[in-house]
Amino acid sequence: MEIVTKVGEVIEANTKEFVAQCYQLHEPPPLGSLVKTKDAPGKIYGIVYHAETHSLEPGRHPIARGEEAKEEEEIFRNNPQLAKLLCTDFRALVVGYGEGNKFHHYLPPKPARIHNFVYLCTLDEVRNFTRSLDFLSLLMEANLAVSMDEIVAASLRYFSQAYDDQQAFLVKAGKELALLLSGELKRLNSILRRLK
Amino acid sequence: MTNRDLVNEERLGVVVSGSLTKGVEVRLDSSTSVEDMVVGRYVTIEGEKRRFFGMITDVTLEATDPKVAVTPPDISDPLIAEVIAGTTTYGKLHVSPYLTISSDAVSILEGPQPVKTVPAHFSMVKLASQRDVELVFGSEDEKQFYIGTPLDMETKVCLNVSEFAKRSNGVFGKSGTGKTFLTRLLLIGILQKQAAVSLVFDMHNEYGWEGRDERGHKVKGLKQLFPSRIAIFSLDEESSRRRKVNTDFVVKIGYDEIEPEDIGLLRQTLNLTEASTQAIYQLAREFGQRRWLGSLLSMEDGEATKELISKLNIHESTYRNLRRGLEKLRRFPFLVEQAPDNSVQRILDYLERGINVILEFGGYEDYAAYILVANMLSRRIHAQYQEKMEKAMGDDTARPRPLVITIEEAHRFLNPELSEQTIFGTIAREMRKYNVTLLVIDQRPSGIDDEIMSQIGTKITCLLDNERDVDSVLAGVTGRSELKSVLSKLETRQQALIFGHAVPMPVVIKTREYGSVASYKEFASPASSERRQKSEKDDLWAE
Repeated sequence: MEIVTKVGEVIEANTKEFVAQCYQLHEPPPLGSLVKTKDAPGKIYGIVYHAETHSLEPGRHPIARGEEAKEEEEIFRNNPQLAKLLCTDFRALVVGYGEGNKFHHYLPPKPARIHNFVYLCTLDEVRNFTRSLDFLSLLMEANLAVSMDEIVAASLRYFSQAYDDQQAFLVKAGKELALLLSGELKRLNSILRRLK
Repeated sequence: MTNRDLVNEERLGVVVSGSLTKGVEVRLDSSTSVEDMVVGRYVTIEGEKRRFFGMITDVTLEATDPKVAVTPPDISDPLIAEVIAGTTTYGKLHVSPYLTISSDAVSILEGPQPVKTVPAHFSMVKLASQRDVELVFGSEDEKQFYIGTPLDMETKVCLNVSEFAKRSNGVFGKSGTGKTFLTRLLLIGILQKQAAVSLVFDMHNEYGWEGRDERGHKVKGLKQLFPSRIAIFSLDEESSRRRKVNTDFVVKIGYDEIEPEDIGLLRQTLNLTEASTQAIYQLAREFGQRRWLGSLLSMEDGEATKELISKLNIHESTYRNLRRGLEKLRRFPFLVEQAPDNSVQRILDYLERGINVILEFGGYEDYAAYILVANMLSRRIHAQYQEKMEKAMGDDTARPRPLVITIEEAHRFLNPELSEQTIFGTIAREMRKYNVTLLVIDQRPSGIDDEIMSQIGTKITCLLDNERDVDSVLAGVTGRSELKSVLSKLETRQQALIFGHAVPMPVVIKTREYGSVASYKEFASPASSERRQKSEKDDLWAE
């Protein structure tokens, strides 16, 4: 059994997505990975589609400090306050929720709550969640600032790690995409090329 | 359920559109390879209320996005290739449903019924199982003759021979596609099931004693397989003796048996002008129906002849043309002034006893001889049959045995110019009225009169590649364009498409084997082979 890793805490949430702040600076879950919030009635699953490191105070911009330093780590060693002034956030697109052992690949009735802990799903969970590929339609329809094709490819690459036969999973997912993108051959092609 | 059944029950795809007249379109599942789908194979469609039995008549490649054709995806990447197959690009089958198999009591009694509707949207399509095919094409019994197997299957396709013999039938195919082998099978079927007696005009001496296959190996003729039920008549005793064939009778035809109409048929072959053919009738009036040919051939050039032709108002050049043409008949030794025996009566005697007659032409592989003899004998046999039949109808006595006359190179008799004149045209048209039907063998069906073609009950055709021939064979058949694609894709050997009266739906068969020792055995005693199979079946069930 893999250890469940707690990666952050929800700081902003709506029906479609949630924003979480990482506990560790510069260590958001990988792009396309599956994360979940563990809330009382059920779990909300999201796919990480964006991560950002920024200053905690909007008015205070980071400045370059390493002119004298030989290594980048030295900057943080010499300025221990930096770790407290900066933070890393990531955004996850909601792709389903779970009740007990059941997964629903559609939007949850209620959004995540602020300060919900966010965990990175284990490969077992990823496998269970991706038994049905219905989440792909939610993913494809989302209107995000980031290129959706990139996110889909990244998440499929990530999910395929949960399978012994990665190729078979990618083919299955690819076929699902081909159905969703019938008539958009160029887009399909660009996603498929990113699956390698 | 056996392993094979499981494989056959595999799902191919679903019905996506269609109509009763045009057939249904089936979208193939991505797991089904287009290349496995062969035109002519059988499928069943599981409708909501009944099952449909149909044949694949076309296979097409489709794409959800027309741009695929313009900018093909990079299929050198195996992932992309695998994803695209069956989704963006997919195969589509065109299936013509022919029969419905329902499970209610009436249909179990009556067997498969012709389709009157189409299956609902997204009905599942599977390859037909052995059992389905058996249900449709029956199994061998006292009426059904096993003629071949469907493509890629081991089930038997059976022909209802008694239905078959009731109408005129045709075997078509370009040369070297196995017409002769098929015809031998059909003749054996007719003989075995005693559906009729046969009279075969065997132009190339292939049916009686022995023939050769494509590779030049000898194959047994019918006489060797059924010595007591076949009589070989010969026109050319010499040739028969050289080929070591025991003939039952040597046919000689007297000049007195040839009528002016017989010569009319040979107009082209003998290079006669229209005026010459007219002159024959005048001569026949002058000398009498039975004596005209003998008299004409014995006429010497001289004053008497000149007088005669001027009396009959025949032009000198016409007379020369006629004389030249008819002199060719002298080349045929089987034509004699006075025939020693009545060949027609001999043939009829044999036929009446239920013995099939094969008339070998020996060395006379000449259309003139063939047309003359076949037409003359058939005309007189037909006349006798007509008489007997009318008598039987009047007296309510037994009707004469049904007779099937087999003719080769049929387009020479049944072309639009001659079909009105030959007896074969009459036989084909009046069908079973007088218990005489034709089995027409031909490689140029387009040469046969359309009217005759439309009267042919069951057509068995091997590969034809001439567009006109294909059109003429399929004229008036429902689902013509679909069958056309099937027909033009037949293999050159041992494959045939059968459609018409004697089969419930068009069927492509791999012809039953003919030529091996085992095959001869099965022909000779079909009952024992059936028994053997039955016991094999019992063994299977016992396990």
